[in-house]
Amino acid sequence: MERSVGEITVDSEAERKAAFEALAREQLPSLYSLARRLTNDGAEDLVQECLLKAYRSFGALRSAEAGPAWIRQILVNGFRDRLRKEARSVEEVGVEEIDDFSLYRTIADEDPFPYSDTLHGDFLEAFGHEDVRAVLMRMPEIYRAPLVLRYMEGFATKEIARMMDTPLGTTLARLHRGRKLFEREMWVYAEQAGLLEVKEAR
Amino acid sequence: MTARAIPCSDAVSQLWDYLDKVLSPEDQALVEGHLAFCRRCCGELEFAKELRSFLASNVADEIPTDVKDRLERFVEEL
Repeated sequence: MERSVGEITVDSEAERKAAFEALAREQLPSLYSLARRLTNDGAEDLVQECLLKAYRSFGALRSAEAGPAWIRQILVNGFRDRLRKEARSVEEVGVEEIDDFSLYRTIADEDPFPYSDTLHGDFLEAFGHEDVRAVLMRMPEIYRAPLVLRYMEGFATKEIARMMDTPLGTTLARLHRGRKLFEREMWVYAEQAGLLEVKEAR
Repeated sequence: MTARAIPCSDAVSQLWDYLDKVLSPEDQALVEGHLAFCRRCCGELEFAKELRSFLASNVADEIPTDVKDRLERFVEEL
């Protein structure tokens, strides 16, 4: 019997499977990258779990166009469940502790590249791909996830609140602290990893 | 309504939300009003924009071939 699911028309189990496989294959790189940004380890497991859940609920997908966002949401849901189960990183960071930190001002005050006209840009350019990942991994997950989802993966704040199952106010507060933490960790990391010294020596 | 000024600390703490356009219209206007006369906060704003595009343009991790192969097999066996 033919069953129409929005734009996806499937008339057999085999076709359903083929449609799912096509979506999964196409999305594997972006799912893996998202999982790597969310978790320190176990990215592959997270993707497997996501694929399994997505396959089981593939019938609920209303249109092929919605597929990529839909499957990424399933991955984030899985990540959220994992966080809950492990009950890790629930410690909240005090606002007063980081709210006064300004990376912009710190760079200007410390002036790590005295001969540069584009101090702030140079600071950001000193960070390679692995450096950014290292900074992200220093952050507790509850702050890292909203930051990654909003500014690297492009989800709207409301969507993040829904996927992470946290009230919008909490999501916004965590996003705020996540940004501050990220800025502070960037500075600390740059000092520790010698990103500033290399430039200074030149 | 009379224009109310906000201090730099308030403006700076709301810059990203201002760029995200998630502030209430009043707060959006207050930040905008502050930026109109505060040069230092304009520097903060420019840097916030730079940092946002820095994050957005961060290259995705490439999926290693062995991981890709394993995951593809996993999908086939579902």
